[in-house]
Amino acid sequence: MTIRFTLDGHAVEAHEGETIWDVARRAGTTIPHLCHRPEPGYRPDGNCRACMVEIEGERVLAASCIRPPADGMVVNSASERATTARRLVMELLVADQPPREAAHDAASPLWRFADEQGVTLARFPGREAAPAPDLSHPAMAVNLDACISCTLCARACREVQVNDVIGMAYRGDHHRPVFDLDDPMGVSTCVACGECVQACPTGALMPASIVDRETQVGTRGADETVDSVCPYCGVGCQISYKLRDGAIAYVEGRDGPANESRLCVKGRFGFDYVASPERLTVPLIRREGAPKGLNVDPANPFTHFREATWEEALDAAAGGLARIRDAHGGEAIAGFGSAKGSNEEAYLVQKLIRQAFGHNNVDHCTRLCHASSVAALMEGIGSGAVTAPFNDALLADVIVVIGANPTENHPVAATYFKQAVKRGAKLVVMDPRGNTLMARHATHPIRFRPGADVALLNAMMHVIVTENLVDRDYVATHTEGYERLADHLAAYTPEAMAERCGIDADTIRTVARLYATAERAIVFWGMGVSQHTHGTDNARCLISLALMTGQVGRPGTGLHPLRGQNNVQGASDAGLIPMVLPDYAKVTDPAVRARFEAAWGFPVSPRPGLTVTEIMDAIHDGAIRALYVMGENPAMSDPDVAHARDALAKLEHCVVQDIFLTETAMYADVVLPASAWPEKTGTVTNTNRQVQMGRPALAPPGEAREDFAILVDLGRRLGLPWDYAHPREVFAEMAAVMPSLANISWERLEREDVVTYPCPAPDAPGHAVVFGDAFPRAGGRALFVPAGLRAPDETPDDAFPMVLTTGRQLEHWHTGAMTRRAGILDALEPAPTASLNPRTLARLGVPAGAPIRVETRRGAITLAARADGALQEDMVFVPFAYVEAAANLLTNPAIDPDGKIPEFKYCAARVVAA
Amino acid sequence: MRDNAPAEAPEHGSSPARTRRGPRRRPRGRPLDEAALAEVRALLGPVERRRDLLIEALHRLQDGVGHLAARHLKALAEEFRIPEAEVHEVASFYHHFDIVKEGETPPPPLTIRVCDGVACMMAGAERLQAALAAGVDASAIRVLAAPCIGRCAGAPAVHVGTRAVERATPEAVLAAARAGDVVEPVPAQALALEAYRADGGYRLLDECLSGARDAESLVATLSDAGLRGLGGAGFPAGRKWAIVRGFPGPRLMTVNGDEGEPGTFKDRHHLERDPHRFLEGALVAAWAVEATRLYVYLRDEYAGVRALLEREVAAIKAAGLDRHAPIELRRGAGAYICGEESAMLESIEGKRGLPRHRPPYIAERGLFGRPTLNHNVETLLWIRDIVEKGPDWFAGLGVRGHKGLRSFSVSGRVREPGVKLAPAGITCRELIDDYCGGMADGHALLGYLPGGASGGILPARMADLPLDFGMLEPHKAFVGSHAVVVLSDRDDVRKVALNLVRFFRHESCGQCTPCRSGTQKMEALLAAGRWDLHLLGDLEQVMRDASICGLGQAAPNPVASVLNYFPESAR
Repeated sequence: MTIRFTLDGHAVEAHEGETIWDVARRAGTTIPHLCHRPEPGYRPDGNCRACMVEIEGERVLAASCIRPPADGMVVNSASERATTARRLVMELLVADQPPREAAHDAASPLWRFADEQGVTLARFPGREAAPAPDLSHPAMAVNLDACISCTLCARACREVQVNDVIGMAYRGDHHRPVFDLDDPMGVSTCVACGECVQACPTGALMPASIVDRETQVGTRGADETVDSVCPYCGVGCQISYKLRDGAIAYVEGRDGPANESRLCVKGRFGFDYVASPERLTVPLIRREGAPKGLNVDPANPFTHFREATWEEALDAAAGGLARIRDAHGGEAIAGFGSAKGSNEEAYLVQKLIRQAFGHNNVDHCTRLCHASSVAALMEGIGSGAVTAPFNDALLADVIVVIGANPTENHPVAATYFKQAVKRGAKLVVMDPRGNTLMARHATHPIRFRPGADVALLNAMMHVIVTENLVDRDYVATHTEGYERLADHLAAYTPEAMAERCGIDADTIRTVARLYATAERAIVFWGMGVSQHTHGTDNARCLISLALMTGQVGRPGTGLHPLRGQNNVQGASDAGLIPMVLPDYAKVTDPAVRARFEAAWGFPVSPRPGLTVTEIMDAIHDGAIRALYVMGENPAMSDPDVAHARDALAKLEHCVVQDIFLTETAMYADVVLPASAWPEKTGTVTNTNRQVQMGRPALAPPGEAREDFAILVDLGRRLGLPWDYAHPREVFAEMAAVMPSLANISWERLEREDVVTYPCPAPDAPGHAVVFGDAFPRAGGRALFVPAGLRAPDETPDDAFPMVLTTGRQLEHWHTGAMTRRAGILDALEPAPTASLNPRTLARLGVPAGAPIRVETRRGAITLAARADGALQEDMVFVPFAYVEAAANLLTNPAIDPDGKIPEFKYCAARVVAA
Repeated sequence: MRDNAPAEAPEHGSSPARTRRGPRRRPRGRPLDEAALAEVRALLGPVERRRDLLIEALHRLQDGVGHLAARHLKALAEEFRIPEAEVHEVASFYHHFDIVKEGETPPPPLTIRVCDGVACMMAGAERLQAALAAGVDASAIRVLAAPCIGRCAGAPAVHVGTRAVERATPEAVLAAARAGDVVEPVPAQALALEAYRADGGYRLLDECLSGARDAESLVATLSDAGLRGLGGAGFPAGRKWAIVRGFPGPRLMTVNGDEGEPGTFKDRHHLERDPHRFLEGALVAAWAVEATRLYVYLRDEYAGVRALLEREVAAIKAAGLDRHAPIELRRGAGAYICGEESAMLESIEGKRGLPRHRPPYIAERGLFGRPTLNHNVETLLWIRDIVEKGPDWFAGLGVRGHKGLRSFSVSGRVREPGVKLAPAGITCRELIDDYCGGMADGHALLGYLPGGASGGILPARMADLPLDFGMLEPHKAFVGSHAVVVLSDRDDVRKVALNLVRFFRHESCGQCTPCRSGTQKMEALLAAGRWDLHLLGDLEQVMRDASICGLGQAAPNPVASVLNYFPESAR
């Protein structure tokens, strides 16, 4: 419905939902605004009164930001009365500000709008007492003497990010934001997403890095802005680097499709790792006789390595690989690529191994994260990627999050789930370990017994089948194998499964009905589902659940494994997997090989290569003698990591390309100093299948080089006819062999920043939701695959009576190589801890914070105890980012038979006071 | 089995940028204290853990413990599954809640609140408060100033605990405190349900519910009678019903018993005497607009009335009289702004009392987003009589062409202050002379506040203006809640203005700049020796034009009045 009204003498039209302010801006007039933030997700609040306009016939002025126009209304934004009121409002606000020369943000909207209206001198008396600064948080400076109580920070915290820390407390001229119960920010529940800082229009909330520690004077001004993508998780938030004096001064979120300007603590405050003094700046060659081990100070590698020239280092790296190839055959060499690099890098790594060594022994950390999910998805629906973006949670009536902790691991995705609940959606959170989403936001919290995923999901499906909640039409037209599944499920009554799940039958029934009868339901899962020896079975159940209820292929429905790394989707798509070529083309398929051989001009081995953990075993067996590692850290990330470290130590030749002397690099013979994400050009693909453009903001330090260039040089030295001069040429080659990239060109990505695949035309947006009509399987039908009950590989017994589970923390990324070198992230989570239920700690006689020893059949670590009621009483959780108490010394290397993924989420352990 | 020998692990970097803090012992934020949770559960008892009942829950804690301890607020947040910040922002908004953080000293067990409303100020509240503060053991009793407590006819007035002491002296107050006479009793003179019914009470409601009457004709009756909203705005009651009925249901009804306009005490007066006449009117109104629930919001200061209503509403429920619109009593917590109807709705929803933007009006989108009929207590009080005696009876009670009877709260320098039932359209002079026994001895009329703190100050020469809605606006004043505060030649009008502006500053919700900042700056300008007329003029303009609600828009009225009518005082 269009509304016609008069604005400043002109006839104008407003669309549904537009305010006077919106229409004015569309017409080219930006009415001053402070409490109003036109960015997505922010509701107008109309409290600052900086945007007042005059409406004919009304007694008082109206706040244009919140006032919808009405037909025939006559609005004047430039009348004497309106402009006077606006100027006086600015005067009132300026009167209470710190002196301009002491502004916390000299470039703030407040001062900008004051300047525009000629308000410089405060004629009114100032406030009586200015609140003292709160500098308790390492990331953010709180100076409420500049606060105008506009509530943007509270809306940012509560409505946009839904972190629920900031309240607007007190009354009258004491009205101001507080954290929790008016606590210092640094001891509050603040998760440091920094949304409030990004929203604050006055400098009252600022990144601590850009205000002077002593004077608190600062500015958000920047010399240059570079638009890119966040290097951390699979959400793929778009960011802007704000550069000053050639360094990243701070980072802001951009309006990308996945994040709509939101960021989390890592993406906003986790970038100073690029300037860490521990960065590798010169190529290194191992000193003669230096022992291999976790024995090097990453700040001083010269005890075990010597500096080398690039020529020397590349010759040594390539020469060593070639020598072993020539002596023992190509299969004696394996390669690890990285899900943290670009698509182009991933593509080059897999091609390097396949072309230079003639086999498929190339893998990356997808093996450790969603390999089982992908296996089940490929089998069931013919595609390993998500069927719908996580943002579709906002369209769903029921959201199921299982085996995922998105507020820690996909924080920006979690904001959409939390917003959906605020809007009335039902949220089912299923996890053996409680989490914020379960505790605070879930309408249906299901804290089931670890390892009981299949029991729980089969019981739910049993309910759906027996209560006739199956979408018969959908099953008949879109699937196959239903009858076999239905028969299989007969035994899985909720009553029979209840004890195993630790969830009563009624609750199982309730949740099953809720999901099945929802108009739109969507499932998200994470590593809690995938990292099991029955991980593929877990995922099979989720797929069957969605298929039998027709909850896939429509907006607000679908299957979404939340991908972990920023480019794990892209690296997998690029073929950095031993069994498949780019776009999951099976190496065992002669037609596939023929197609790639024609495109690539070299023979492709028909034999699937070895996976990450298999490669480690093959090193122990002597079958693999050399390893090329680009940006991976198996010396921390592999299960039973002592075994992996021993393997690395055993290698005849190990080349590591990285930005730090990682634990893995400590075992290298040649170390090639590479580029951090803000130093390179390349594309990445996020969990939503959105291909995005990453742009460089900085030059690599010292002699460090872009990974792309290093890869090309290595390839050439291995005799490959590679003449790529720029990543765009690699991307073009990828697009030529990967149907998924159809209609997505480098130039388009440069122009549009992001395109979702699959994409139907060069000028059309990609498909956010897929498989509405048919699945990419023979016959177009999805397949039901029944899953039986299998216990985890190692269950508790008298000697090891507890269950150890591992994972990540909000502040630390993966093995901590980057985040533990990021000052703020390290300050927030400085040391390893093992989380246990307070009652368990009481039983052990260990106070919170005291050291404990966690032991399994594979190893033991000593670290501080953290009291956390989210843990069940027989569980212990250890994050795996800490080398000084490496969780993976403890984990069980047993793998899932299909996905070959290790069981990081479950093994038997015991805990004692240390 | 291998161990992670610490020597083997390298010191993870030594960058000076890295602050080394100890490992986190717990998840972020204040840990939940299991004992506090148990205490909170015990204190809440059967209170439903519904978001809109948060203020009721806070009252339970405040009443039970004497303050709101941080550990209890954390537990309350957990119990209600809402953020701590949400609990804190609500608790800290209302002045009757005392938040006590870890390590802070809780308030003493007894609080004496000395009213510093304009009438009490004129009666020496400041001296009284000073004397009390000097006379008590600060560890046992605290003495606070309080905005108008609605006992202006008995100025200076004091609450000892909840016990009201009128014409208070330090001796009487301290005696009450010593005697433990600190709980306001149920008003003894109140007509209880049985007596009210015996007098024909609830017959009208019965007729409505049984179908003997129809809503349209009731609307017509009220319109013919000229019944207007007596909370201050004077909106025609019949028209309001018709408007609310025009929006699709389900609808709700609220009653504004947050009588807080300084100088106003008529609703308390009526409630203490005849609560059912009001309740019947409310139940009839709820029936007329087909409201499914009836919320009665009563200011926290009226503890005796609250106890009375609790008793009588229970009797109504037992008699099955509110089945069509179950009554929920809600208790304010010390916030004048909650007398603003949309702020009151927010408060009923358990939130801070922030006035809403209009449009939408509450008739369309009100409580919990539903079409809502809201009335003042006195408005509803007249419904039964108007229906029984006919619209002409009521309309005919006014003078000078005005319709109806009004309850004037008269205070200040008159011989007999109190609630005066007088014709609409009466003048201030008539009110003083014919209803209040004239001016107090030794006092000559200087001027008067026709409508409490908000309605401006008129000089004696304007004491012959008819008092009714719409009549004083040309003189930059309004009659509002009909709270007439009479000033004499012995009063300093400038001090009166300062008192009123202070009140508005104290009671500003703080939401919008012109009011939050404007009231503070206006007080500062007034407190300065010499008034800066230019700055005051600018302030007045921005507050009137740009404040969200009536509080900020009316807050400059006292100052404007002084400048207009008492210019010599402004110099």
